[in-house]
Amino acid sequence: MDEELERDEKVFLLSEEVAQYAGAYKVSRGLWKKYGDKRIIDTPMSEMGFAGIAVGAAMAGLQPICEFMTFNFSMQAIDQVINSAAKTYCMSAGLQPVPIVFRGPNGASAGVAAHHSQCFAAWYWHCPGLKVVSPCNSEDAKGLIKSVICDDNPVVMLENELVYGVAFELPTEAQSKDFLIPFGKAKIERQGTHITVVAHSRPVGHCLLSKEGIECEVINLCTIRPMDIEAIEASVMKTNHLVTVEGGWPQFGVGAEICARIMEGRAFNFLDAPAVLCHWC
Amino acid sequence: MRKMLAAVSRVLAGAAQKPASRVLIASRNFANDATFDIKKCDLHRLEEGPPVTTVLTREDGLKYYRMMQTVRRMELKADQLYKQKIIRGFCHLCDGQEACCVGLEAGINPTDHLITAYRAHGFTFTRGLPVRAILAELTGRRGGCAKGKGGSMHMYAKNFYGGNGIVGAQVPLGAGIALACKYNGKDEVCLTLYGDGAANQGQIFEAYNMAALWKLPCIFICENNRYGMGTSVERAAASTDYYKRGDFIPGLRVDGMDILCVREATKFAAAYCRSGKGPILMELQTYRYHGHSMSDPGVSYRTREEIQEVRSKSDPIMLLKDRMVNSNLASVEELKEIDVEVRKEIEDAAQFATADPEPPLEELGYHIYSSDPPFEVRGANQWIKFKSVS
Repeated sequence: MDEELERDEKVFLLSEEVAQYAGAYKVSRGLWKKYGDKRIIDTPMSEMGFAGIAVGAAMAGLQPICEFMTFNFSMQAIDQVINSAAKTYCMSAGLQPVPIVFRGPNGASAGVAAHHSQCFAAWYWHCPGLKVVSPCNSEDAKGLIKSVICDDNPVVMLENELVYGVAFELPTEAQSKDFLIPFGKAKIERQGTHITVVAHSRPVGHCLLSKEGIECEVINLCTIRPMDIEAIEASVMKTNHLVTVEGGWPQFGVGAEICARIMEGRAFNFLDAPAVLCHWC
Repeated sequence: MRKMLAAVSRVLAGAAQKPASRVLIASRNFANDATFDIKKCDLHRLEEGPPVTTVLTREDGLKYYRMMQTVRRMELKADQLYKQKIIRGFCHLCDGQEACCVGLEAGINPTDHLITAYRAHGFTFTRGLPVRAILAELTGRRGGCAKGKGGSMHMYAKNFYGGNGIVGAQVPLGAGIALACKYNGKDEVCLTLYGDGAANQGQIFEAYNMAALWKLPCIFICENNRYGMGTSVERAAASTDYYKRGDFIPGLRVDGMDILCVREATKFAAAYCRSGKGPILMELQTYRYHGHSMSDPGVSYRTREEIQEVRSKSDPIMLLKDRMVNSNLASVEELKEIDVEVRKEIEDAAQFATADPEPPLEELGYHIYSSDPPFEVRGANQWIKFKSVS
């Protein structure tokens, strides 16, 4: 975010506690001291209001980053995300782009109960006009946040609170200011031949803890919408088995969509057994 | 009389091409401008308000008259096309409220910004789009301002952000546009409109708070036409003093049927915002002749007598016309000529809107993302694909 704030005057960050508190989860630490009140804006507790303000600012040509303290609170503002941001470019026949980023922690945390644990991947990726990304480590976060800020479209970036505190090795290439992860490209975190395991966000880390003797090919989706179904198909055609893993509830989720697409596509006949869906409950 | 006839014959001799009526008009001396008294605005947290007199030039008067008449006739034509089922879907008409859209535009610059809700056809015109683009959008044709994809509630132009379908959602958007104005340091303001019904939406109060905290150059405007769909203001609001509902935000209550009152109040409000004092609120007291939308006859929650009374005593076009004729700014004949020209313009636009083809099915998937390379979009099943172009 710092690099993008430096690169482009039109970029700014707004949400609760992002400035003087340095971020509820310290993601924006140091930014207010460097950029001041104009670029890093503390808002009152008014999700619907400040999300709408951010969308309006994007319509008028700025590039706001609108943080939700957690995506659970985004439900208060979801009308602005879907109706005001996602649908506008299409309804205006291309006259009115909305270059905005909605980001924040999503999904389960530790012992925070149902109000603060919902995964919104299935809700947001359902909607055309939005792009949805879900980083699982530092490399993803760094590469994706820059693609996301530069993009002219409304993007939802689903981070994970438990991953904020984990240190990851950052490859040299990823340390460059020009390092970008493009939209719509999944990553093969580990090659394997026995089974394809597809996940996004923190569950990718769980998938990498493999049982001895079973070689899992672990696919990190990175972008949920537009989804890189070709990468999953290619892997399934190699391993003949599929498991999807996600942090959302069982019904109508990311895994269900992956299975539907596999069933419709060229990889279906390569499956030796039905796909298995793993999820939170 | 004899002098006039002599003048007429001289002119006729030298200008045989011009129609007689125009010659008669040219020979008459009109005033260049006239001063009018306008109603004093009720004030909230303001020591002074807009002036109570204003000067109207002949040129401006004719312009406002033409614009209001164009909006009126455009809305009536939309009514007709809707009843012929050439326009479908939602259609919310603003006839009766012409002084609001024309008066607001008269008080700001083209570089200022405006956003409103679904009763947007008048604003789409005053913000610069031609009638044919508006009517063709209503009929869903490719010549429409949003290529037929937006319809009645989603029309956009430069510095005009629609046309919004979700009641009240446009108010934080407008505050955001005002934030961009301040951020860019360009001395522009944003007019953020909503109705008396929307005035009870919670997000409006969130927008008031942030606009006041950050001193955003936002003019919040409540177009109070007395009914939110079928609910009168008394049945919807614990306080119907909409100009005071901003609490810590200063407010004005304005006669929204008088275009000069609206113009002066807007100039006052814009100057307030441009001076860096923060947001201001205007309540425009106005009236709509049609029901809430084309599916509402508009008489189950109000009486025909009430509608007729407003039409006969407070019609904005009639008020301007009377002022201009009585002050010799224009003649009845001249204004009638404008009426004829406007009718023709609307008729031509309606012809275009009816004859223009619909957008091609191949474009169904267009404009999902901005600035992206073309990609494939799934249709109603896995074998139907559309191409999406930005």
